[in-house]
Amino acid sequence: MKQNANRKLKRQRRSRILGGIYAALIYALFYIPVLVMIQFSFNDAKRNYSWEGFTTMWYGKLFSFRNHDLWESLVYSLVIAVVATVISVVIGVLGGIGLKKFEFHGKKFINLMLYVPIVVPEIVLAVSMLIIFMSLGIKLGMGTIVIGHCTFCIPYAVVTIKGRISGDNDTLQEASMDLGANRVQTFWRVTIPSIMPGILSAAFLSFTLSIDDVIMSNMLASARQSTLPVLILSVNRTGITPDINALTTIMVLIMVTGMLLLSFIQRRRAKKEAEEMAETEKRISAMRNG
Amino acid sequence: MSGSSTATRKRHSRLPMIAQAGPVSVWMILFVTIPMLFIIFISFMTRGTFGGVEYVPTLKSYETLADLVYFNVILKSLRVALVTTVVCLLLGYPFAYYIARKPADVASRLIMLLMIPFWTNSLMRLNAWMLLFQTNGPVNKALLALGLVQKPVTFVYTDGLVLLGLITNFLPFAVLPMYSSIEKLQTAMLEASADLGARPSVTFLRVTLPLTFPGIFSAIILTFIPALGTYTITDMLGGGKVLYIGNIIKNQFGTIRNWPLGAALSVLLLLVTALLIFLYSRFAKIEDMEVL
Amino acid sequence: MWTSGEILEGEFLTLLGPSGCGKTTTLRMIAGFEDASSGTITVQGERIEDKEPYQRDVNTVFQNYSLFPHLTVFDNVAYGPSIRKVPKAEIRQRVTEMLHLVQMDGYEKRKPDALSGGQKQRVAIARALINNPRVLLLDEPLGALDLKLRKQMQIELKRLQRKLGITFVYVTHDQEEAMTMSDRIAVMRGGVILQIGAPMEIYDRPNCRFVADFIGESNIIDGTVRRVDGKRIEVETADGIVLTQGEGFREGEKVCVSIRPEYICLSDTPREGFTLHARIKDFIYMGTVIKTSLDLPHGQELKLSRFEADPTLHEGDERYIWWDTEKSVLIHMEGGAV
Repeated sequence: MKQNANRKLKRQRRSRILGGIYAALIYALFYIPVLVMIQFSFNDAKRNYSWEGFTTMWYGKLFSFRNHDLWESLVYSLVIAVVATVISVVIGVLGGIGLKKFEFHGKKFINLMLYVPIVVPEIVLAVSMLIIFMSLGIKLGMGTIVIGHCTFCIPYAVVTIKGRISGDNDTLQEASMDLGANRVQTFWRVTIPSIMPGILSAAFLSFTLSIDDVIMSNMLASARQSTLPVLILSVNRTGITPDINALTTIMVLIMVTGMLLLSFIQRRRAKKEAEEMAETEKRISAMRNG
Repeated sequence: MSGSSTATRKRHSRLPMIAQAGPVSVWMILFVTIPMLFIIFISFMTRGTFGGVEYVPTLKSYETLADLVYFNVILKSLRVALVTTVVCLLLGYPFAYYIARKPADVASRLIMLLMIPFWTNSLMRLNAWMLLFQTNGPVNKALLALGLVQKPVTFVYTDGLVLLGLITNFLPFAVLPMYSSIEKLQTAMLEASADLGARPSVTFLRVTLPLTFPGIFSAIILTFIPALGTYTITDMLGGGKVLYIGNIIKNQFGTIRNWPLGAALSVLLLLVTALLIFLYSRFAKIEDMEVL
Repeated sequence: MWTSGEILEGEFLTLLGPSGCGKTTTLRMIAGFEDASSGTITVQGERIEDKEPYQRDVNTVFQNYSLFPHLTVFDNVAYGPSIRKVPKAEIRQRVTEMLHLVQMDGYEKRKPDALSGGQKQRVAIARALINNPRVLLLDEPLGALDLKLRKQMQIELKRLQRKLGITFVYVTHDQEEAMTMSDRIAVMRGGVILQIGAPMEIYDRPNCRFVADFIGESNIIDGTVRRVDGKRIEVETADGIVLTQGEGFREGEKVCVSIRPEYICLSDTPREGFTLHARIKDFIYMGTVIKTSLDLPHGQELKLSRFEADPTLHEGDERYIWWDTEKSVLIHMEGGAV
């Protein structure tokens, strides 16, 4: 019997180790390109083809702001991402609530349309918007790119928000109005706080989708200005300069630190709340016993 | 008062509804429905002499698609997208299973670990593969040192490297939906199956796979369709030398300026998408589709 | 945790205990989902603890039914036989029989989502029974049903078990359910079987304080053995000396006396043998019975139950109480296990 249990335990441990090795290999597949990308930001070469030696020169060059195109496209990307995120989150939050709460003609159709940007290849969406803009004589540029980005960010925002609205949302709103809050007050003081985590993750998702987008930004852009990813795509032919690696590295570091900080703050707040709760309970039980 | 009183919800003004559901509806109709209809319309029009469109109906664009040149590209794109999807499923399912069977807090950390690399610009990650696989790059050096090859292998601008790029790019999109499906699978189901006499392999085929099917099919949709439509990955790693549907569509709106042909190719992609979604709806509920 | 017990062939055995007492774990060990850290599990002389769940001739009706949501009722029931490669025609026939047995004819094509709780329960039973298990394990199968349906299913399950003659091992925390259905009950606590026996035996002869308290309602009075006279034993309690009976008790031993509420007698005058003095605290009307609380002088509270109200009794009245020595049970303070 003991032997049997040991055998079983051994088998379990073996499969756990194999699973761990497998997972590590898959993670390697994801992390190797990132590490190589970072490594080549220290490459002592004009353009990145092969490793020529270590230098930190590119970071210095980057902050001497001599590579004008690079900084300009970064700012362009950031402005587009922020504007697209704000629009997408506002429309997405309203839409998520509205589509969950109300029944109206054509609701099914709108829900179906929300799936389209998620499943249809982005090039098809981009091209079909492009011909509309061209046919109407609308000038391509930041405006059209923002519209393009919003079109695929809004569905994700709506889905995220809808998932966060719990079944008892109606009751909460009724309770709020019962207590004398009007519709607008209820919206700001009950509805929005109750879906805040959803709003944050929708914003985060929209921002990352927008800042990393190539296809929409490429098809709907004017010839004069391009976003950072589109710039990278175009300089890829002639070789990417290490300062782009440096810039990308800095951006990744900012993102990761930001996320870690956020999750750290959240965890600490949760811990603090738990401690306070335990404290309160202790006090209450002491009061009862005493 | 009448004898039968049904409690209907009090009718409020329609203002809140319009304020909330209005913007999203208008946006979707303006920027999704109308463009989609328009591109279908354009695909049946005549190519303008200097680009653009002449509004004379024709099937010319669809006839062009049947040309051997285009037909081969379409077939090749389908084949590459299919291989990408199959590899992503085969690599992704065990990985998703591994994560989903971990305790919740560990799993959420592992998922986070999966997301982090994707905050790096996708093109720069693709470029990194290029650097690794250069003729005098580290992979070739390693192969030479190990004596596996006599002279450097050309990886750059080959279908193989494009495939690697596609797989690494889309694998997370395959993993996430499968993960959330597997995570929802209750151990009780697996125990019930074992209790009724099914060995683990049988349980996997008859219970685990069918129950995680929505996740698997979502993974198929989220890898196959974008892989079929991409042009950036093929541009970055194929150097524009290997053409796929996405490149051709893009070119029709850039240098070549044959809108109706580009539109017809787009309609083709739309049809493939619709077909997949239709198949999905036959086996599972659309609402169960894991898109996030 | 350690458990030792024998299940008789063809019996309806219930594992009864509060939640967390290890009854479900015991069941899962028999089914093979959990490893016994030591010891053996034997079914009809065959050791099965080394076998995987799918190799055991034991089937389970799960707590939340665990019907496969992607399969129809028919395919759910056919699951076991189809894995054993039983011919299609035979499967069809047996599934039909089984569904008839649990009164679910005509539901073959439904998916579990379209069934009520009671219906799911029946399908789960059919799905397990179709495999002709040597033992059928039931893990709180009626827990999710409402009271009325529960009572009905209890009777049906008992009938089914008699009809088929299959050994049932049934887990519940509901002692009434256990009393109604079982041939024998094993009362568990902390992973240990405290007492195993027929319902009446457990009710009338609890072997420890926990069993006495857990099964039915009981008045438990702590005391010390003062005199042993054959089977008759005198126990000194805080409120006076009481007479009881038992075997294997020593003088001076700490014990407790258990007496069911229905066995306590009231009278206006002291009585020969022994009597305790009590004051009526209050009455609770509970449908068919009336419960009366009594206060003993040193603060112990006793419960007394009667089918009819005694019009002469009022709150605050003082009475003498006693009981038939035969009806009381004497229990060692350190209640043991089987």
